[in-house]
Amino acid sequence: MIRTLFKKEFRSLFAAPSTWWMLALLQFIFSWFFLARMDDYLQVQAQLTQMGNAPGATISIAAPLTGVLALVLMMLIPLFTMRLIAEERRNQTWILLSTAPISATHIVLGKYLGLLALLSLVIAACTLMVCTLALGTHLDFGLILSNLLGVWLLTASYAALGLYFSALTRQPIVAAFGALAVSFGLWMLDTGSGAMRALSPNAHFENMSSGLISTANLAYFALFIAVFLSLSIRLIRHERGGK
Amino acid sequence: MPAPITLAACNLTRFHGKRCVVNDVSLELRRGEVLGLLGHNGAGKSTTLQMLAGSLTPGSGQVEVCNFDLAKNPEQAKACLGFLPEQPPLYRDMRVDDFLLFAARLHRVAPAKLADYLQLAKQRCGLLDCGQQLIGRLSKGYQQRVGIAQALIHQPAVVILDEPTVGLDPTQIRDIRNLIRELGNSSSVILSTHLMNEVENICDRAIILQEGKVIFSGSINELRRHSDVESSFIRLTALRPDGSPAQ
Repeated sequence: MIRTLFKKEFRSLFAAPSTWWMLALLQFIFSWFFLARMDDYLQVQAQLTQMGNAPGATISIAAPLTGVLALVLMMLIPLFTMRLIAEERRNQTWILLSTAPISATHIVLGKYLGLLALLSLVIAACTLMVCTLALGTHLDFGLILSNLLGVWLLTASYAALGLYFSALTRQPIVAAFGALAVSFGLWMLDTGSGAMRALSPNAHFENMSSGLISTANLAYFALFIAVFLSLSIRLIRHERGGK
Repeated sequence: MPAPITLAACNLTRFHGKRCVVNDVSLELRRGEVLGLLGHNGAGKSTTLQMLAGSLTPGSGQVEVCNFDLAKNPEQAKACLGFLPEQPPLYRDMRVDDFLLFAARLHRVAPAKLADYLQLAKQRCGLLDCGQQLIGRLSKGYQQRVGIAQALIHQPAVVILDEPTVGLDPTQIRDIRNLIRELGNSSSVILSTHLMNEVENICDRAIILQEGKVIFSGSINELRRHSDVESSFIRLTALRPDGSPAQ
């Protein structure tokens, strides 16, 4: 059942022209930053060579770029997630799912994984762009992988958050703004200190962005995703009046 | 021996805010029966059908489909149901074939049977020529047909149709009525409608709702006893359930 919904969601995301527009925009922004970052690096490269233990291309170009990717995705993900449930409610197609013999868990997981597959493709495309640097220099693939994992987990977290907001309402635009506001709030927490900062997904992403993969960070993301997915499942189950 | 009961609803009640939309409605449907649900606008027909289909939770009362309780075993019960809501639930960006296959998979049709079921549903609803068309590009009548096809593609024991002939041209209405009659041979059908001749032609029994209450439940012949069905309907709905004259 999850597979049926996953396939449908993945295909219908690609059938919407807005998805292609957003993907194009994302690639454009990312490549713009990529070139700008590379330009900066090339200008200071001569000075860097005189330093002992100079930062390499990976840490100067690739790591900041994933930061940019994370920020852009944070803003774009609500536009994808708003469609998942809220739009189905508005278009009255939700009734097809709510009268079908499938559980709320299958609906939520199917839709979530469908979107996550699309977002993973976006991240993969951006990673490929970064990997083109390998044509001219040595790259630290360990650091790139840790960055990649971080940005993927962050994306998965924001997607789960957006899905929950989509389940809350029947107005896609309300779902998008709600998710964006909370994502932004969580991002702002990163500027705080101590416990406040520990709540922000971005703070945990930054650790991974510098190459540090700790169990605490992985557990945080797993918990974040699990909480919002189970909240969505509960909400839908309650609405359908099932067990 | 009478045919087995496929759908049984007991004391269904539903409030929208403080207003009681459906008040203590009970009904039974046997295999091979076509039941018409009649009533003025706002009488509670669609709400009742939505509760029977499991998309709306009753405030109180219970629904059993093929002996499965809709609240306790929703998945087994819903697998025996096909539902066409008032507005057909169609993904406009999907092709007819893809959409119907998706609906079939959602209702757990075995992969080996998918092609046969798809062919049969399309044949029954007159959709054989438009399998590759986008649903959003179809006319309203054809969209309605796709809606009906998704309700019966998994060959459910109970088919629930909310105003199935709305927006169709006279030929299509005739075809859909023949289809409902044909469905009534193998499964049970419950449909809501405003058209009295539709009830007269295709239903075995009728239930008339007014202000959420059942004011008549019986065979079509009973409705016909004194005069034609339309006059009986007007006579029955002239009074409110409490006996005062309706507006």
